[in-house]
Amino acid sequence: MDTQSLIRALSQDAAAGAARLDHRLALGLALAAGLAAIVWFVLLGPRQDIAEALTTVRFPFKFVVTLALAVSAALAWRRIARPGAPLATVAPLLLAAPVLLAAGVVMELFAVPEGQRMARLIGTNATVCLTFIPLIGALPLAALLAALRNGAPTRPTLAGAFCGLAAGGLAATFYAAHCIDDSPLFVATWYTIAIGMLTLTGALGGRFLLRW
Amino acid sequence: MTEADEADLARMFRAALEGDEQAYAAFLERVAALVRAVTRRKAGSGVDTEDVVQETLLAIHLKRHTWRPDAPVRPWIFAIARYKLVDSLRRRGRRVEVDIADYAETLAEPVEDVASPREVERALDELPPGQRRVVAAVGVEGRSIGEAAAAFGMNETAVRVALHRGLAAIARGRR
Repeated sequence: MDTQSLIRALSQDAAAGAARLDHRLALGLALAAGLAAIVWFVLLGPRQDIAEALTTVRFPFKFVVTLALAVSAALAWRRIARPGAPLATVAPLLLAAPVLLAAGVVMELFAVPEGQRMARLIGTNATVCLTFIPLIGALPLAALLAALRNGAPTRPTLAGAFCGLAAGGLAATFYAAHCIDDSPLFVATWYTIAIGMLTLTGALGGRFLLRW
Repeated sequence: MTEADEADLARMFRAALEGDEQAYAAFLERVAALVRAVTRRKAGSGVDTEDVVQETLLAIHLKRHTWRPDAPVRPWIFAIARYKLVDSLRRRGRRVEVDIADYAETLAEPVEDVASPREVERALDELPPGQRRVVAAVGVEGRSIGEAAAAFGMNETAVRVALHRGLAAIARGRR
């Protein structure tokens, strides 16, 4: 079949419509958030003293960081779905969460005497955190990867990493409402490792699943 | 390539996405010439240029809804062409750096006698018979949808569906 024939065949198929990519992506993101919420609610639920915790500084600050990550990663995820769309305008936003968290860590180091810092970092929930953030994020990661297959990412591994980062941001946001360790030292250590696991899984998944 | 080309291509592609078959054919011709020129220059021997051209055309067709009608069209085309070229070189065990700028600087070459590459041919052969005969009739024999429908005793919608599914299967099977 020569190229002229192929072009003839393709052009006759011009009218065949495809679902708008933005709709598919929005659906995928909503599904991811819904799945994270369900898994979190079934496995963990909110901490008992959540009303009281909301009056502190450290507990709400966890959400500032995790939501910054979820939103910035979702924007990068949406952008990388389209070939030739510049990442340069969304990539810097990914720095928001790490920068906020680093600022929180610095303030915590000023606020907490040296002898107690290690205890804050270790916390009481480290293994729970390392277990449940990946667990809450697994299905959302699958949903984000599946939605991105409707797009055309020309960098599949990076695109998969964005899926993992966004799933990690969602999972961490829900997990944070359960966890009683609110110190930025704890968040910077264990949340980072847990989200890193999801990001690596996403990158690996993207490498194989996001080719087209 | 100039700004006029960008506007031209975008106009043709917008019309194509609204179902204008002639505009779509013209758009794909321009894309084919562009991709052919860059592939010849970058890939050298050992790569069937026309295979890469056809792979890119199929990818563009399969993923045409990922173009935003208000976005520039050339960066979109170049990103897909580059992805497909690198992909086909990798499958042949070669590593090559292909810069987006290679596409932007290239003037489209005129269409010359093009060989009939094997890969699409093979993919076509693997289609279910119903899809294969429709794709062959419309593509190779150059029949219209209506003519194909009459020849096979099908209605036009069924022909369109068979064509659409056949082309999508060819595009997906060739990655």
